[in-house]
Amino acid sequence: MSEKVEEDMPSINKASIGKALMSKALMNKTSMGKISEGKALRGKVLIRANRVGFRYSATDDWILKNFSFELSAGEVMAVLGPNGRGKTTLLKLLIGLMKPAEGDIQCNGRLSYVPQVSTPAFDYKVIDMVVMGRASEIGLFSVPGATDYKYAGEALLRLGIADLAQRTYSQLSGGQRQLVLIARALVSMPCGLVLDEPTSALDFKNQDLILRTLRQLASQGLSIVMTTHAPNHALHVANRILILEQGTQYLYGSPSEVMTHDELHKLYGLELKKLTFTHRGQELQSVVPIFS
Amino acid sequence: MGKRCLGYAGIFGCLSFSLLAALSVGRYIIPFREVCGILASYTFSVEPYWTDIQYRVVTLIRMPRVLGSGLAGATLAMAGAALQGILRNPLVSPQVIGVSTGAAFGGVLAILLFDSSLATMGLAYAGGLFSLIAVWVLCNRGKGTSPLTLVLGGIIINAFFTALISLIEYVADPYDKLPAIVVWLMGSFASLSYDKLLRSAPPLLLAGALLWMLRFRISVLSLGSEEAQSLGIDVTRTRWLVMAVVAMVASATVAMAGVVGWIGLVVPHIARMFVGNDHKRLIPLSCFLGGMYTILVDTLARTLVEVEIPMGVLTALVGTPLFAFLMVRLIKDER
Repeated sequence: MSEKVEEDMPSINKASIGKALMSKALMNKTSMGKISEGKALRGKVLIRANRVGFRYSATDDWILKNFSFELSAGEVMAVLGPNGRGKTTLLKLLIGLMKPAEGDIQCNGRLSYVPQVSTPAFDYKVIDMVVMGRASEIGLFSVPGATDYKYAGEALLRLGIADLAQRTYSQLSGGQRQLVLIARALVSMPCGLVLDEPTSALDFKNQDLILRTLRQLASQGLSIVMTTHAPNHALHVANRILILEQGTQYLYGSPSEVMTHDELHKLYGLELKKLTFTHRGQELQSVVPIFS
Repeated sequence: MGKRCLGYAGIFGCLSFSLLAALSVGRYIIPFREVCGILASYTFSVEPYWTDIQYRVVTLIRMPRVLGSGLAGATLAMAGAALQGILRNPLVSPQVIGVSTGAAFGGVLAILLFDSSLATMGLAYAGGLFSLIAVWVLCNRGKGTSPLTLVLGGIIINAFFTALISLIEYVADPYDKLPAIVVWLMGSFASLSYDKLLRSAPPLLLAGALLWMLRFRISVLSLGSEEAQSLGIDVTRTRWLVMAVVAMVASATVAMAGVVGWIGLVVPHIARMFVGNDHKRLIPLSCFLGGMYTILVDTLARTLVEVEIPMGVLTALVGTPLFAFLMVRLIKDER
């Protein structure tokens, strides 16, 4: 069951957390040692946000308040909410770019960030872009060595884009660029990925490519947090849903618990239908907005 | 690998040739053979087949000048590439952050008040340091590190010190001090001696080594503050470290030879044509090309006409058409 958490009701139903793990077979196509570690971590809580509150200054309104959730290894959490509700703020808090005004966020390992887009001032080769993901492992006065390039090559291989290594970033399609940014996030051996609207501005084929990749990475033991404006993507890929509502209210739970017709209607402020249908023997769900 | 070796061999060959040409060419021409013999006599025992005058011209007059211009050009080009990287703007040069103008003001003030090259160098360093601190204070004591903030801070300091330089020029004695100030501001390596070189070389060598070592961090910073921070970089500290090193280069070159512009802007763009944008390769190549370019331009400055052309004038005269060519090429590529 879903829980609705008000400002003065911070607790969440922890019993429901970690229940829904991906049932897909593990896909380990790489020699990167941490992946097997990732498998071993499956089910273990990797990210814990405890009564987190955030506002820019003491005189500003709270953007997030009494906000708690847990995410285990192998889980994908989709964050839904209208523009300006605090989705990006939440991601920045998770990766440590901003500090909570109250409460704390504990991560049992490193979280890597994948921006919505990257606009490098200079056009770099894909391999050079990816190896920059090793920056935190490389000393201030050092440059990447053979090992760093090996990891970068393996990350590209893991995502099936090793052939792009010597091409420049600007030559790539939107989907390929997103995969390169994911590869860059993977080379720092994170326990989780934090993605800001990874499928926005992509066509259907590339959306499918990115979502498939995220499911594969989750099945390898990574925790994934992604913001999205597409409820269908959340239904397709996520096993935990976080809906940031108006004010400082939020909903957290499994897709079936949280993504009800009424909640989605309230969230997006327009009529919509939640359809369930069977395709090749598989039961699928889709949210169709009824535009005015 | 073969391509890389060929590249290194090409750079080494061009650098050696420009060094030899600079030592050989001038109003008093010394054949390559004699120059090679004199250079070889530093380490090997060679029976002299050159005249005493040739030896003195090469070792006492041209050598410090070639070494100084090469070092200044190499570090200015590296500083330009680094600054373009951290400010995410291919159109900036070390002059943009205001330090060169601050150092120039220090030098001009020293010429007005004292008559000592040591004082000129000292006050040039002090002016450069002061302007860096001023930019730092303007940028909310270093907290504001967005490229726009840094460039705006630099523009303000630039304008302020330019006004002060104009004021000094206005009050300076027009028969004695003013010509000296104007000539010094146009930049020249003509007065470079071993003494002066020894005073300027350590900060330039240190700054060059730091930029060389920071080149990967500079690439990461060029992705933008938020992205670089998310990759685990302390953006504020690293950006100010690079700024301080660039300021060291700008102050030291102004103290050594007055204001020499365009090298830090043009040379990184030439280097990009060969090795692309990654600073791991761009900064080393900018170093070699900057050194070579400045040695050749300085050689032109003292050989083109009877009277030596100020370095600042010539770097602008050579730099602007070169930059225009690069711009036209870029526009064609964009199509």
